[in-house]
Amino acid sequence: MTNSFNELARAKMIMVIGSNMTEAHPVAATFVKNAVLKGAPLIVVDPRRHALAALAALHVPIRVGSDIAFLNALMHVLIAEGWYDKAFVQSCTVGFEKLAATVARYTPEYAADICGVPAAMIRDTARRISSVKPMMLCYTLGITEHTCGTHNVMSVANLQMLLGNMGVECGGVNPLRGQNNVQGACDMGALPNVFPGYQRVGDAAAREKFERAWGVNDLPHANGLMIPEMMEGLVSGKVRGFYIFGENLANTEPDIRKVEHELAAAEFLVVQDIFPNETTRFAHVVLPAAAWSENDGTFTNSERRVSRVRTASPAPGEARPNWWIFKQVAARFGQTWAADSAREIWDDEVSVLAPQLCGIKYHRLEGDGLQWPCPDEAHPGTCYLHRDGHFTCGLGVFSPAEWTPPAEVPDEQYPLVLSTGRRLTHYHTRTQTGRCEGLNDILGEETADISPADAARLDIAHGETIRVSSRRGQVDVKANVTGQVPAGMVWMAFHFREANANWLTHAAFDNITMTAEYKACAVRIDKPRPFPIRSR
Amino acid sequence: MAENELMINGHTVGFTPGQTILEAAQAVDIWIPTLCHLKGATPTGACRICLVEVAGARALQPACATPAVAGMRVRTESEKVVEARRLVLELLLASGNHNCAVHNDNGQSWTDFQLDVQRHDGSNDLCPVWGECRLQDLAFRYQVTSGRFKPEPGAYPTEMANPLIVRDFSRCILCGRCVQACNEVQVNRAISHGYRGTRSKIVAAGDRTLAESECVFCGECIQACPVGALVEKKSRYQWRPWQETTVRTTCPYCGVGCQQLLHVQDGRIVKVTGVEKAEPNQGRLCVKGRFGYDFIYSEERLKTPLIREKDGFREASWDEALDLVATKLKQIIAESGPGALAGVSCARSINEDSYNMQKLFRAALKTNNIDHCART
Repeated sequence: MTNSFNELARAKMIMVIGSNMTEAHPVAATFVKNAVLKGAPLIVVDPRRHALAALAALHVPIRVGSDIAFLNALMHVLIAEGWYDKAFVQSCTVGFEKLAATVARYTPEYAADICGVPAAMIRDTARRISSVKPMMLCYTLGITEHTCGTHNVMSVANLQMLLGNMGVECGGVNPLRGQNNVQGACDMGALPNVFPGYQRVGDAAAREKFERAWGVNDLPHANGLMIPEMMEGLVSGKVRGFYIFGENLANTEPDIRKVEHELAAAEFLVVQDIFPNETTRFAHVVLPAAAWSENDGTFTNSERRVSRVRTASPAPGEARPNWWIFKQVAARFGQTWAADSAREIWDDEVSVLAPQLCGIKYHRLEGDGLQWPCPDEAHPGTCYLHRDGHFTCGLGVFSPAEWTPPAEVPDEQYPLVLSTGRRLTHYHTRTQTGRCEGLNDILGEETADISPADAARLDIAHGETIRVSSRRGQVDVKANVTGQVPAGMVWMAFHFREANANWLTHAAFDNITMTAEYKACAVRIDKPRPFPIRSR
Repeated sequence: MAENELMINGHTVGFTPGQTILEAAQAVDIWIPTLCHLKGATPTGACRICLVEVAGARALQPACATPAVAGMRVRTESEKVVEARRLVLELLLASGNHNCAVHNDNGQSWTDFQLDVQRHDGSNDLCPVWGECRLQDLAFRYQVTSGRFKPEPGAYPTEMANPLIVRDFSRCILCGRCVQACNEVQVNRAISHGYRGTRSKIVAAGDRTLAESECVFCGECIQACPVGALVEKKSRYQWRPWQETTVRTTCPYCGVGCQQLLHVQDGRIVKVTGVEKAEPNQGRLCVKGRFGYDFIYSEERLKTPLIREKDGFREASWDEALDLVATKLKQIIAESGPGALAGVSCARSINEDSYNMQKLFRAALKTNNIDHCART
């Protein structure tokens, strides 16, 4: 997030696109709702009429995967009507002409066909967002989990730069991150192309810095593989040894049959986790780890805030902190790492090596933590980025994008779109929430959410078991007939192994980030036969 | 007194226009008791415990709902104020099942009192928040016993119909903090005031159970409840405020990073609350943050290293398991180079874990094949 959660409650206007905040980021959503109660208009752009839409001044139900067409059309109107922030564009950005050229053909009428909303609604949206300043924009995986995810993100940024909503309080581009420490895992360099603090592995000076710090030679300079490439490498033999730490890939990656085929092909698989799960079934060695409240350490949230995690009770049995396990493996490669606690790792290494984190030390994290960038120990941290339009790279660069459809679109055989996400009560594959007293009683099984129109057309009753199939697989699941879902869409989550949406999802990826298109694939709905014929 | 100043207990106190007497007093650490007041929500003046004496006013004024005015002379603990508060407390104590030790029914034995309680609410439970109750605290402070008014029988049975939140209407003082927490703080709009007079009740969905309402079980109402009317089912009769230690930590679920207070007793988390006034959540939590903590005590936890053997696993020592991992990784590097290894880190675990994993891959294994689920 360029900005902070507390700004949401004070925002003058909020636009939420591709984010079901009330279920996926419930507490963040409360601040949005507080702003609405105080009079801030809320615009929700989402195929689903989810809970936040009830509070919205305007709900724009664009079709799944039509975001770029919609955003480009908004920018078309803003430019055509002269409703954009000319001073900001002129002094703080480059590439406006390129943007204007790209969006020129995205007239509201053109986009209306792609987005499935009236041209007048697109014009109305443009008028509203240009009439209040600043507007705070939030998005989540509805933007990123597409084959055009990177372009979606760029388009969102283009819009906020065009409106001059960058570098100000209660504005900005605010992706709400899905996991508690996904921001931190990125910051720590658990990525194939960067060291901690986003220093490129291809940069010789960065390599030298880390070689000196770690007392090693020859740090590899080529970017490594991304998860989908690793998984495919297991089958091709390119990847022979695979080490999975705390991810239940067998349930979370698209197309479970494909994923399980890949995991089964691993020559040597190490899984380090807190529970046996669908992924540990494929392991050759399983290492037991300490969990959340059995560790001292830090998480970094979506707004770049580093907060402390503290130990409440000891880990069971022989389970050990993850950092300790990695240290023991490194020792077997002849490396003696000095840091012997999370605090020593952070204070002596992380905050020394990552420039954004230099001012963050454990002794400063007793209260509300600190938001990076925090370059020195006197620095109070940074609530919002690009202050006064001074972008990290100097000027903000418009990167216009053309709309492209999802990799798999409905056809005669599979006439519906499956979109996936999370539900409030559970988290991911339920390894944790499924083991908490009471939560399964509130939500005990997966459903396929379908529209009343489709239910009527297919003669499906609420609660009836239906069969949802895609080119990858099929699941039998109860139908949840709800007005939240538009006609033509099936919506499911991936919390339960049975009826997991990932039996159906499509392993098509954004070709820059390799993010999978969880939000769109083609499915059909049938009624399972009441008396299955058994083969003898 | 200058503009924007008033006098409280003889002290000159500044205020910002729009502030209430309570806010002006709190800003300079002058204590005024409150029960119904919920910071940030609209003042309701429902409980009358914050009554103060304002010179020249016809009656005592609720500090939470009365705007501070220049030149006002306020007394927060005058004889009249204390007398009124004692009466308010007596009435509140008599309004339901407040069977803590402050109860002193004139002439009635403890046994009779208990029998009464059983008759009235079908429960012989003692209050689950004994020792952490604002009403009890205030009764103690103002030395209030309840004898003058006969305790009201509980009009409504306790709702146990959901797995997370117990609604004990017999202990509800109708302060309305839960209604404000639900409608103004979390804005889930699941509960509201229902019925009138002695039939008054906090209702969900036209007086149905929480499970049948819009309730999303965030538990903000529990955190707002000043008495024992709303409690966590999982913690009820386990948690004792004087036996706990509290640990501040960060929620392990989504990317908001809510600050939690873990209430730990005998080495186990027995309940979780949101840290008030903390960034980023200001005391708020969701259903997962408040109730999703006990997975760590599951018997299914991995407790020892395991090594695959035929179709299953056998237990192993750390040394054996780590030696095997190192030997296999070395063998693969020797045969196919470091590029034949790959690792996936965890976006749920602490920074220091991810740091050490990428360091292992880069510095020891010599490959950049390290990733995590950031892209999804």
